[in-house]
Amino acid sequence: MIRMEASFQWAWLIPALPLLSFLIIGFITKKWPKLSSTISIAAILTSFVLAVWVDFGVFASGVGAELVEKPYQHVVNWLTFSGVPWGLSAAPLNIEFGTLIDPLSAMMLFVVTLVASLVQIYSVGYMHGDKGYSRYFAYQSLFAMSMLGLVLSTNLLQLFIFWELVGLCSYLLIGFWFFKPSAREAAKKAFMTTRVGDFGLLLGILFLLNKFGTLNFVQLFHMMTPEVKAMVAVGGVSYLTLTAFLVFIGPIGKSGQFPLHVWLPDAMEGPTPVSALIHAATMVVAGVYLIARIYFLFQGASPAALEFVASLGGFTAIFAASIAIAQNDIKRILAYSTLSQLGYMVMALGVGSLTAGMFHLMTHAFFKALMFLGAGSVIHALHEKQDIWEMGGLWKKMRITGTTFAIGVLAIAGVPPLAGFFSKDEILSAALHNGHPVLFGIGLFTAMLTAFYMTRLFVIAFMGPEKAENHPHESPWVMTLPLVILAFFSIVGGWAGIPEHGFAYFVRPWGSEFEPEAMNWLVAGPSIIVGLAGIILSYIVYYGKASDPVEAAFPRVYKVLKNKYYVDEFYLWIIKHIVDGIGKVLYWFDIYIVDGIVDGLAWIARSLGSLFRRAQTGQLQVYAIIFFVALIVLFLAVTYGEGQLHALNPLALGGGK
Amino acid sequence: MTFPVLTLTLLAPIIAALVIVFLPQDEPKTVKITAALGTFTSLALSLFVYFAYNKQVGGFQFNETIAWTKDLGVTYALGVDGISLPMLLLTNLIGFSAVFASWNIDKRPKEFFILLMILITGVMGTFVAKDLFIFFLFYEVVVIPIYIMVVIWGSSKRVTKEYAGMKLTIYLLMGSAFLLVGLVALYLQSGADTFMITELAKRSATMLPKDFQIIVFGLMLLGFGSLISMFPFHSWSPDGYAGAPTAVSMIHAGVLKKIGGYGLIRVGIYVLPLGAKFWAPVIAILAIANVLYAAFIALAQKDLKYVVGYSSVSHMGYVLIGMFALNMVSVDGAVAQMFAHGVMAALFFSMIGFIYEKSHTRYIPDLGGLAHQMPRLATGFMIAGMASLGLPGTVNFIGEFTIFLGSIKVFLIPAILGIAGIIFTATYNLRVLANVLFGPRRPEWDHLQDIKGPELVPLFVLAFVVIIGGVIPNLLMDMVNSGVHSSGIAAVIQALGQAKGGIF
Repeated sequence: MIRMEASFQWAWLIPALPLLSFLIIGFITKKWPKLSSTISIAAILTSFVLAVWVDFGVFASGVGAELVEKPYQHVVNWLTFSGVPWGLSAAPLNIEFGTLIDPLSAMMLFVVTLVASLVQIYSVGYMHGDKGYSRYFAYQSLFAMSMLGLVLSTNLLQLFIFWELVGLCSYLLIGFWFFKPSAREAAKKAFMTTRVGDFGLLLGILFLLNKFGTLNFVQLFHMMTPEVKAMVAVGGVSYLTLTAFLVFIGPIGKSGQFPLHVWLPDAMEGPTPVSALIHAATMVVAGVYLIARIYFLFQGASPAALEFVASLGGFTAIFAASIAIAQNDIKRILAYSTLSQLGYMVMALGVGSLTAGMFHLMTHAFFKALMFLGAGSVIHALHEKQDIWEMGGLWKKMRITGTTFAIGVLAIAGVPPLAGFFSKDEILSAALHNGHPVLFGIGLFTAMLTAFYMTRLFVIAFMGPEKAENHPHESPWVMTLPLVILAFFSIVGGWAGIPEHGFAYFVRPWGSEFEPEAMNWLVAGPSIIVGLAGIILSYIVYYGKASDPVEAAFPRVYKVLKNKYYVDEFYLWIIKHIVDGIGKVLYWFDIYIVDGIVDGLAWIARSLGSLFRRAQTGQLQVYAIIFFVALIVLFLAVTYGEGQLHALNPLALGGGK
Repeated sequence: MTFPVLTLTLLAPIIAALVIVFLPQDEPKTVKITAALGTFTSLALSLFVYFAYNKQVGGFQFNETIAWTKDLGVTYALGVDGISLPMLLLTNLIGFSAVFASWNIDKRPKEFFILLMILITGVMGTFVAKDLFIFFLFYEVVVIPIYIMVVIWGSSKRVTKEYAGMKLTIYLLMGSAFLLVGLVALYLQSGADTFMITELAKRSATMLPKDFQIIVFGLMLLGFGSLISMFPFHSWSPDGYAGAPTAVSMIHAGVLKKIGGYGLIRVGIYVLPLGAKFWAPVIAILAIANVLYAAFIALAQKDLKYVVGYSSVSHMGYVLIGMFALNMVSVDGAVAQMFAHGVMAALFFSMIGFIYEKSHTRYIPDLGGLAHQMPRLATGFMIAGMASLGLPGTVNFIGEFTIFLGSIKVFLIPAILGIAGIIFTATYNLRVLANVLFGPRRPEWDHLQDIKGPELVPLFVLAFVVIIGGVIPNLLMDMVNSGVHSSGIAAVIQALGQAKGGIF
C-alpha cells in the first residue's frame, strides 16, 4: 500500500475552484467586472497553492518514486454502459471520473496553475476597460478548469472530455473579440482543425475501449502483456500500433504538428494573454501531455509508431522555424516559434525520452508565456501595433519588458545557464543516444534557426531605430510583475534537471528504471555554439536595419516562407471547391432527384385522380351499366372460378393460414 | 388500481385545451398561461414518474390496464419502462418549452394552443401505450394538428407552407398506412387476439416465421423509417421544419421523429427480431448515407431552418446505426441519442424561431453579429450548436459516444465513416454560429430585443437538460440501461447473437 499524502485527496479542488469561479461569474457577478476578476484570480491562486501543496507531497516527501510505479488514484463512477462485460478486462463497462497523481501530472499542475495565475493577473492590466471584461475572466476560469481536469484525468475518455473543453475554451477566447471577422474566422479554424485530429483520437479511444474494456491508464498499462503486444489488427499491423497511430492524430491537431498546424498562428487573433496561455500552458501542450500519459501504448506498439512521432516532430520543428524567419508580426513570430518548439517536444517523445519532452514542455511554458506577455506589453504600449518594423527603440523606454524579453530570447536560444539550454540539451542527447543522428542534426539546425529569428525579433523591435510616432511607456505593475516572475523561472527552471534526483528521476515512463545521466558536453558544446552563432549572425544581419535585408537578398525563398509554404491556401481551396462542392452537388441531387421522385409520385397520384374523376360523371345510366356488367363478372367468377378467390385472402399473402 | 398517473399526464394538456376553448378570444395571455399550466402539469408528473420509477425492478411500471374493445382484443394499457420514460420526459420538456417559444403568437392564439395541446398529448400517448392499437390511435391523433398548424401558422420560403404541410402529412400518413398493414398482419399471424406488444413478442419465436418477420419488418421500416427520416425517405424533414411554426418544428424534430426510432425498437427489434437482423446491414448503409449525405447538404444551406433540418436528418443516421448494430451498448446509445437530439433540436429551433420572429429573416447571409444585440439568445444558440456537434459536456456526446462504441464493433467500416461525420457536423455548425452570431455589429439589427421573460424558458429548460445530461450522464444512462435490460430487448439481442466484428 502506497503512502498517501493528505494533500492528494484534495487535488480535485484544483480544477473545481476555477469551475466554481466560472459559474459565479457567469450567473452572478457578470455585471461587476472588478469583482469578477477578483473571484477568478482568487480561485486560480488557491488552485496554485493547492498544486504546490500536492507537489510537496509528490516531490519532497519521498513518495515521488513510488508514485511512478503506483500512481495515486481517486475515482467515482461517472457513466455506466449497459453493464455487459466488454473487451479483455471482461468487467462491466463503465467510465470513471477522478484524479490521478504521479510526478508527471504533479509537474503539469504546477506549470498550468502558475502560468494561468500569472496570465490572469496580467490580464487585469491588459484587458482593463474592455467591454467583455467579466466574460473574459469567466472564460479564463473555464479554460483553467478544463486544462487542470485534463491533467488529472485517470482515463482516456475523461482526458478526451476535458481535451474537447480545452478546445471549446480556446475557441471562445480566440474569438473573444467576436466583432473582428479575423478573430471569428481564427476561432472557427482552430476548432475545425483540431476536430480533424479529434476524429483520429476518438477512433483510437474506441479501439482501445472495445479491445480492453477499460480506458483507465493504470489498468491499460498493466494489460500491456507480450500477448497483447503481439495481437494483430489488419494486414500484419499490430493492434497497438494501429491504435497508437490513431491516438497520435489527436496531438497532431491539438499540438499543431504538420499538417494540422495551420490554426495555431491564427490563434493569436485572441487577446495576447490568451495567446500566452494557449501557447504556453494549455491547449497545445495537451497533445504532448497525452502522448506522455499514454506512453506505454507507444512503447508497446511497433517501433514504427515512435519513429513516426519523432520524424513528424522533427519535421514540424524545422518547418515552423523556417517560416518564423520571414514573419513580421511579433505574435506570429512567437506563434511559429511555438510550433517549432512543440515539434521539439514531440520529437523528444518520439526518440524515446519522455523525460526530455516533458522537461522542455515545462521550460518552454515559462519562457514562451514570458515572451507572449512581453509582446502583449509592447503591443499595449504601442496601441495595437504588431509589426516589428514599426517598433524599434523599445529597449530604452520599456526597461522591465525589454530585460525580461531578452531573458526569454536567451532562454529559447539555449544559452546556458538558462532554462531552455538544459531541456534542449536533453532532447538532443536523447536523439543522438537512441540512434537518430538525422533528427539530432535537424534539432541542432533548428536550434540555430530559433536563435536567429528570436534575435531578429529582439534586435528589430527593441534595439532598432526609434520611431518618432511611437510613444511607448512601461506597462503598469500588474503586467510587469508576471513578467518578472516568469523571467525568474525562465532562468532557474532548467536547474530542476541538474541534481541526481531531479527532473529525470521523477518524470519518467511508468515502470521504467531511472538511469542517471551526466551532462554530455559532446552534445551541449555544439548546441551552445549553434545557439550563439544564430544570435551573432542575426545581430549582424539585422542591427540598425530599417527593412529586411534577407528579403532583399532572397526574394523568392522569402516569399514562400512569408506565405507559410501556401499550406493555408491549399486547405482553403479544398474546403471551397471539394467540400462545399460536394455539398452543393448533393443538395441539387436531393432537391431534384430524391425529392423529384417523391413529387413525381405525388404527380402520378394526382393525374390518376383526375383521370378517374372522369368516371364520376354523375349520370345514373352510366353507373347502372357499370353496376350491371360488374354483377355479371362477379357471378361468373363465383360460379366457375371458386377456389381461385383464395388468392385474394390477405392471410394467404402473409404466408400463414 | 393505483393512482392513474400516466392517464393524468396525458389528460393535463387536454384539460388545458378544454379550458382554452371556453376562454374569450381577446385574452391571449390567459390562453398562454393555461397552456403553460397544462404542459407544466404533464412535465411535473413525468418528472415524478421518471424519478419514482424503480430501476432495479425494471420492466413496465405505473401500469394501467382497462379492457377496451374485448372482441377485438384492444386494451387501454399504459405503462412506462426505461426506454419509454426518457421519451415521455423529452416530450414534456419540449412541450413545455414549445408553449413559451410560441409566447408571442398573436394570430388566432386560441386555436394554436388548442392544437398544440392535442399534438403534445398525441405524442405522449405513443410513448406510454403498451397496446399497439392504442399506439396507432395516438399516432393518428398527431397528424391532424400538425397539418393545420403548418398551413395556418407556418411560413413559406423555398417551398410554400401548404406544400410543406401536405408533404409532412402525407409522409406521416404513409407511415401509418404501412404500420396499419403490419399491425393487422401481426394480429392475425400471432393468433394472440391482442395488440399488447409484450404478448405479441412472446409469440414471436413460435408463431412468426422468419419470412413473415422479414416482410412485416420491411413494412414497418418503410413506415417508421420515413418517420425517423431515414435516407432516402427524409426529404419531408427539411421542408417540413422550414414551413412549420417554431413549436411544431420543435416537437416534430424533437420527439415526433423519435416515434419512428421508438417504434423500430419496441416493435421492430422486440417483436420481429429475425426481420431486424435481416434488414440490419441495409439499414446500416442507409444510416451512414443519412449521416454524411445530410451533413454535406447542411453545409450548402443558407436558410437556418434548413441547416438544422438537414442536421437532424444527419443525426438520425447515428440513431439508426446504433439501433441496428444490435448490441446492448449500441441500442443504449441509440435511445440516449434520441433523447439528446430531441433536447438539442428543440433548443436550436426555439432560438431560430426567436431570430425569425424578431428579424423576419432566416437567410444566413442577411444575419450576422447578433451576439451584439442579443447575447442571451446567442448563448442559447451557441449551446445548441455545440450540442449538435457532440461536444463533451453535453448530453449529445454521451449518446454519440455510446453509439460509436457499440456499432464500431459490428459495422466497422460504416461506423468509421459515420464517426468521420463529426468533422462535417462541426463544420456546418461552426459556420452557422460564426455567420449568425459573430462578426461586426450590423446597425440594421440594432432594434432587435434580446429574449427576456417567458421567452427565456426554452433556453433555461432545454440548455439545462443538455448540460446536466452531459455532466451527470448516469441520470439518463441508468434509466436507459434498465430499459434495455428489463424490457426484453436484451434477451432478444442475446438470442440473435450478433456476430462479433472483425478486428475486436
